[in-house]
Amino acid sequence: MGDVFANAMPVQGLIGGLMIGTASAIMLLGLGRIAGVSGLAARATGITVDGAPRPLAIAFVVGLPLGALLVALILGPVEARFEQGLAALVIGGLVVGFGTRLGSGCTSGHGVCGMSRLSARSLVATASFMVTGFATVAVMKALGLGL
Amino acid sequence: MKRAIVFALIAGALFGAGLAVSGMADPQRVRGFLDLFGAWDPTLAFVMGGALIPMAIAWRIQKRMPTPMAAERFPLPTARDLDPRLIGGAALFGIGWGIAGLCPGPAIADLAIAPVPAATFVAAMLGGMILHRLLAAAPVKQPTLETSNV
Repeated sequence: MGDVFANAMPVQGLIGGLMIGTASAIMLLGLGRIAGVSGLAARATGITVDGAPRPLAIAFVVGLPLGALLVALILGPVEARFEQGLAALVIGGLVVGFGTRLGSGCTSGHGVCGMSRLSARSLVATASFMVTGFATVAVMKALGLGL
Repeated sequence: MKRAIVFALIAGALFGAGLAVSGMADPQRVRGFLDLFGAWDPTLAFVMGGALIPMAIAWRIQKRMPTPMAAERFPLPTARDLDPRLIGGAALFGIGWGIAGLCPGPAIADLAIAPVPAATFVAAMLGGMILHRLLAAAPVKQPTLETSNV
């Protein structure tokens, strides 16, 4: 048990989380919008016509890699271990894209913005994707795929 | 509109920076969180907890604000029903999240950190979104407030 949480980053996690929450608060109080990345990505690319005005969606989506790049330039390399292989990237991407549109949101829209609003829909959606996320990784490990 | 675009760009950049600082740009760390029955990495729970604090406060402030600072109104989600699309869509999203260790925010932020694999995932994700649009039932135009992102 001693090394179960050996790799956890609680302090960085909390600080980064506060930054993410503050960014979401800027979207809400500044623009009256939900900082839901799946919806904003669909809006920015023109896949949907619903949601924020397109220039705002594009600005937010462009900001995401810019912010990550700034951290890399200021604090040094950002760890991003892509060990899942091409098939997992493509299949995972397709399912994430389809599922977030069908379910009207992802970790940011439902998980951060909706749960903090105590939205019943977001609480149910977050429980749903957490359970299937845990189950998927457990099944993949059992089958000897990835991790 | 210019002021609003600056707000959105700053929010996006701060969001992306938060993902990078918190370790959430790393798919293996996210999969470590989802590996509940293995060497569980609780970092994502700290990220979620940290993000909920400013937003819980923001919702309280929002109730007292007549309009947002750089927009005319709050077109916020009003849907209340726990329908199969919500639950099934979220369940599917969780499966994809587990398979790749990526959700939309970190994937897009990673375009600056690991461009080739991140772009591969993002392209597939946009493909999945287009597929949903093509398969979606006849486009019944709902009241616009109900079609936002939550």
